[in-house]
Amino acid sequence: MNKHSGFGAVVHDFKKNWPLWLMALPAIVLVFVLAYMPMSGLILAFKNYRYDLGIFGSPWCGMDNFEFLFMGGTGWQITKNTILYNVLNLFTSQFLSIFVAIVITEMTGVVYKKIVQSVIFLPYFISWVIVGTFVYNIFNTDYGIIKGICEMMGVPTVNVYRIEGAWPWIICFFNSWKWCGYNSVIYIAAITGIDSACYEAADIDGANIWQKIGHITFPSIRPTLITMILLQVGRILRGDFQMFYQIIGNNSNLYNATDVIDTYVFRSLTTSGNLGFSSAATFYQSVLCFVIIMLVNGIVRKIDADYALF
Amino acid sequence: MAKEKTKEFVVPKSNRIKIAKATIGFNIVGYFFITLIALICLLPFIMIISGSFSKESLIVTQGYSLLPRGLSVSAYETIFKNPMIILNSYGVTILITVVGTVLGLFITAMTGYVLCRQDFRYRNVLSFYFYFTTLFSGGMVSSYIFMIQVLNLKDSLLALILPFMVNVFYLLIMRSFMASVPVSIIESAKIDGAGEFRIFIQLVLPLAKAGLATIGLFIALEYWNDWYNAMLYINSSEKYPLQYRLYNMISSQAAMAQLSQVSTVNVENMPTQTLKLAMACVATGPIILVYPFVQKFFVKGITIGSVKG
Repeated sequence: MNKHSGFGAVVHDFKKNWPLWLMALPAIVLVFVLAYMPMSGLILAFKNYRYDLGIFGSPWCGMDNFEFLFMGGTGWQITKNTILYNVLNLFTSQFLSIFVAIVITEMTGVVYKKIVQSVIFLPYFISWVIVGTFVYNIFNTDYGIIKGICEMMGVPTVNVYRIEGAWPWIICFFNSWKWCGYNSVIYIAAITGIDSACYEAADIDGANIWQKIGHITFPSIRPTLITMILLQVGRILRGDFQMFYQIIGNNSNLYNATDVIDTYVFRSLTTSGNLGFSSAATFYQSVLCFVIIMLVNGIVRKIDADYALF
Repeated sequence: MAKEKTKEFVVPKSNRIKIAKATIGFNIVGYFFITLIALICLLPFIMIISGSFSKESLIVTQGYSLLPRGLSVSAYETIFKNPMIILNSYGVTILITVVGTVLGLFITAMTGYVLCRQDFRYRNVLSFYFYFTTLFSGGMVSSYIFMIQVLNLKDSLLALILPFMVNVFYLLIMRSFMASVPVSIIESAKIDGAGEFRIFIQLVLPLAKAGLATIGLFIALEYWNDWYNAMLYINSSEKYPLQYRLYNMISSQAAMAQLSQVSTVNVENMPTQTLKLAMACVATGPIILVYPFVQKFFVKGITIGSVKG
């Protein structure tokens, strides 16, 4: 039936279906220019970048950039931070979202339910800049809320910007805060998708609400949870740059505790201008992300193909 | 598990009370924590609003609090005394939001439609072509260099518009929305001799209104809240979008001084602290105002994305 193959087949299909191809063309071109073309820039990791020579003209330097990045310990530090933050954020935000979703679906007061859901969804709509304002508003050592509370209790003001250990929790808090509403919408969708006959049968069997949640709701939303975890694991080496940048800012006291690959790359891009190191970090981030996502997806597919992403 | 069930089968009489007790317990715990979470979500907004209406002198001596300290609109007066800076940023943000959303939505709709056409042979290949970019990317450095050196978009508003124009996630949601348009309508129009573009514009788009509204709002929100691209690519102050203007004011004293010079307020008298918060309110106001009306579209979009994406 099909006498064409390979590129010839595409040309043939284009001749036949050219209006459809034309409709998809803007997106194809945009994605090519904005996503595929920059991929070639990853070779910068193996080059000694010179602004006047451009990406392709700069001389090669082998693995030097990687060596420098990891010799000083920075490479390990930012990798460790990125992974730790992602794991912490993943668990807290999923746990919270599932909790919120279950309570909201069980709530009987319609008006209160709507209000609560709207309020919890609200943080998703504001920019990280506003979140940065909140952080300033709360922790600012001159006028912040924390200072007011400390004075009220008669203890000396706590300067949170000096306590490294607090920041993983603060970042984790704001991450959950911002995404709780969004993620719980996903879980609410999963819970409302459960066949109500299951609950009715459980009612007849005399199960109480905790048993219904434990034996029906949890097992039913497991595929959703696995998908969410899979998606997050794929991003485990990509920090949410906007969040880190707005909450921490350029606070060099906290680099040890809060620097992730993205903030490191951004800083070297804008301030120190050492593109070699940052390209090496990006290269290693992109490639490792890809490997991890393929690996995890492959494993999940082996265990149960229905849960795999693709 | 099985043991529990048989046990309860044996004592069905006490069930009614037991169910009620468990439900009450659940409600107490559930309502308590959900109210707490909702309050935590709301409090920062209240702090910012009440801070922006506070008296600067009281903030300086006593710090921020949950309720306004004194009542004053001087921060807003300072902003609106010479509103050019703010209006300018509003203009930039509205421009990129409108242009970006209209173009982006149209492109996303067209592509989503093509990807859902069962008779289009390369739809899976194309879907993967788009999906792959979410798995692997060139990263921040190369995107930056490409934008500046190859596309030559430093300090151009196009650098703010292009990055959000095609979002693969929205493309896939749009495909799901388009899949709900009945194939028979498309086929009968074809038999009647309508061209593909005409079918798309006159038949498919009106039927996909819900999808268009949803994805349009998602795209618009991204443009409205963007400050990151502005930070990377925009140099000249008159091209700052709203969020980046806000960021700039909060993070640098110089930007505050600039505003004070323009609005002819003495730097010493300028309500620095409350001004920051008033700016935050001015930049977020429109979103909070439309939020109640658009929320349901977002819920719908996320739901569809989670089921089929």
